Amino acid sequence: MNLILFTFIVLLGFTSYYFGRKKAYTIQSTKKRLTALPQFYGYYLSIWCAIPAFIIFSLWAIFEPTIVKLLILSDYSNQGYLDDELNLIYEKTKALSRGQFTGEITPFIEASAEKYLSLRSIAQSSKVVIVLSAIIASVAYAYKRISSNSRTREPVEKFLNAVLFTASLAAILTTVGIVFSLIFQTIDFFKVIPLFDFVFGTHWYPAKAFVRDSSEALDPTMYSDTFGAVPIFAGTFFIAFIAMCVAIPIGLMSGIYLAEYASYKVRQYAKPLIEILAGIPTVVYGFFAALTVGPFLKELGTSMGLEVSAESALAAGGVMGIMIIPFISSLSDDVITSVPQSLRDGSYAMGATKSETIKRVIFPAALPGIVGSILLGVSRAIGETMIVVMASGLAANLTLNPLESTSTITAQIVVILIGDQAFGDPKTQAAFALGMSLFLVTLCLNIVALRVVKKYREKYE
Amino acid sequence: MIKIKAKDVDVFYGKKQALFNISLDIEENQVTALIGPSGCGKSTFLRCLNRMNDVIDICSVKGEILINDFNINDKSCDVVRLREKIGMVFQKPNPFPKTLYENVSYGPTIHGMAQSKQEMDEIVETSLKKAALWEEVKDRLHEPGTGLSGGQQQRLCIARAISVRPEVILMDEPCSALDPIATAQIEELIDELKKEHTIIIVTHSMAQAARVSQNTGFFHLGQLIEHGSTDKIFKNPDNTKTQDYITGRFG
Repeated sequence: MNLILFTFIVLLGFTSYYFGRKKAYTIQSTKKRLTALPQFYGYYLSIWCAIPAFIIFSLWAIFEPTIVKLLILSDYSNQGYLDDELNLIYEKTKALSRGQFTGEITPFIEASAEKYLSLRSIAQSSKVVIVLSAIIASVAYAYKRISSNSRTREPVEKFLNAVLFTASLAAILTTVGIVFSLIFQTIDFFKVIPLFDFVFGTHWYPAKAFVRDSSEALDPTMYSDTFGAVPIFAGTFFIAFIAMCVAIPIGLMSGIYLAEYASYKVRQYAKPLIEILAGIPTVVYGFFAALTVGPFLKELGTSMGLEVSAESALAAGGVMGIMIIPFISSLSDDVITSVPQSLRDGSYAMGATKSETIKRVIFPAALPGIVGSILLGVSRAIGETMIVVMASGLAANLTLNPLESTSTITAQIVVILIGDQAFGDPKTQAAFALGMSLFLVTLCLNIVALRVVKKYREKYE
Repeated sequence: MIKIKAKDVDVFYGKKQALFNISLDIEENQVTALIGPSGCGKSTFLRCLNRMNDVIDICSVKGEILINDFNINDKSCDVVRLREKIGMVFQKPNPFPKTLYENVSYGPTIHGMAQSKQEMDEIVETSLKKAALWEEVKDRLHEPGTGLSGGQQQRLCIARAISVRPEVILMDEPCSALDPIATAQIEELIDELKKEHTIIIVTHSMAQAARVSQNTGFFHLGQLIEHGSTDKIFKNPDNTKTQDYITGRFG
């Protein structure tokens, strides 16, 4: 029903556009000069159609359920029910009206369900009537008002401005919402686990928290030495470091090759091929790391007399680095290509060779962008989950030996939240605390990155 | 004294021929202006003289260009040494995104011309002085070169070009992006520089060619129509096309 109504309103919008434009043409044919192009008159009428529809729809969505609930529950007032019981009655009513109620049906509830259905249908049909009449009234009003010198361009531009603003506001509000949901859970977590233990503790062993029966009383002392985040932070940075050791040199050099040395033909084929790497799902990288690279490193290590874990930080970090290569390569290629040709000419004309030109002129000029691409790679490395889960194990060892297994923040969040979880329990809240700290880390990283980039920009522009 | 001798130079961009049989002698320590309508090949010819056309993949140059009696189109020619001897100033000022000091010391550094910091300081100072920029920038040598005004940037580029003491300076419409005052400063500078350097300047401004040059070559549709002393070209040209161009009847 709503869908049909919506389609109808869209059709009305198009029709009012047509009528608006037509009226503009009619005015034009009487040799009067219009204040705007005829299309603007059309858009203007469409807006007059869209705004009332939008307002009424949103009002309905906000108030309809509340009003219906009030009307249903008014039958039960003065009977001494508690609020919770009233809510339950209302839920039962709704369930019965949908035919999903399985409990014992009392005549009271049956009557309420019937009333509910009739109220809903009244609401629905009155909505249709009100929306359509409001649209027709407003469009007719606007249609009558437009004349050769009515201002249609400004309202249309303002409307577009408002639409675009709303879109960006939606993105920002979502971010804020996510941050807030993280904050409250994190605060709850730190009520049980002291912040100090989390930040400086060197034992991360959430499995200990899983053995607690949730019916038992919460005893904070049993969590000492359970949620110390140092090993997983260390593991995160360690694996990211290994990944960047692979990705930065290879990515940067291939970017420079593509931008400066490769002939047009080579570039045409090589660039998309490298970008294919970026399209491989991380799960595929994950099992590549776990089933191919990990065992290979283990065998290689054994043949050299080294103790290598089958799930090593090196395997995960190395494969992660390969995953990041295309980002750095492709972005730095773009940045280097966008350095003006005049700088290259200037350098060549001084007798500089290609490598001197790249080293002394192009690289410094492209540095802000290159730093940006590297930092983008770093935040991908820190946020990467699947490869670590699959290839580097889940035990959070505090180690700097790349041949041992280690774990990261994201992998631990997966471990904690897999399966059925009780909310309001420290072991699930730990995931929020980890998510919050990950968010803070990447935020700091981004701020630093912006500062660095800005500083170079100031220096070179 | 003839400094540069071009003999039967043809230039092709892919299959399209841009220059036909150009033969031109360029006098030492004089200013030679190349004039002609847009797309006539004067800049292409200029870029042949320091082999800047090498940078363009599809461009090929035929014929001989002798500088100090050595053919620069020969395989044995070292482009790095050639460009050390032949400096170039471009149409749009293109200082590197580095400090003023680094801009001027760029050439001497890559050619290993200074043994010490002191020597480099001297090179930078004399180059900037010769480019008539020293007084304006001596207190901010370590600020970015891109922060200067357009005219100052172009003089910085000239300082950069003369820092390696080139024998020849090529100028590709050096004033086309500048205001009249900056243009006058650059023209004055060109007059000064010709004492030590041979200068070839491509220009769209007939007045500029008349003011700064001793010799002029007129290009049209990839051909060198006429060349000779600036006085003669402007007052008494042999070719009617030259006459028409100079009097503003076409181009």
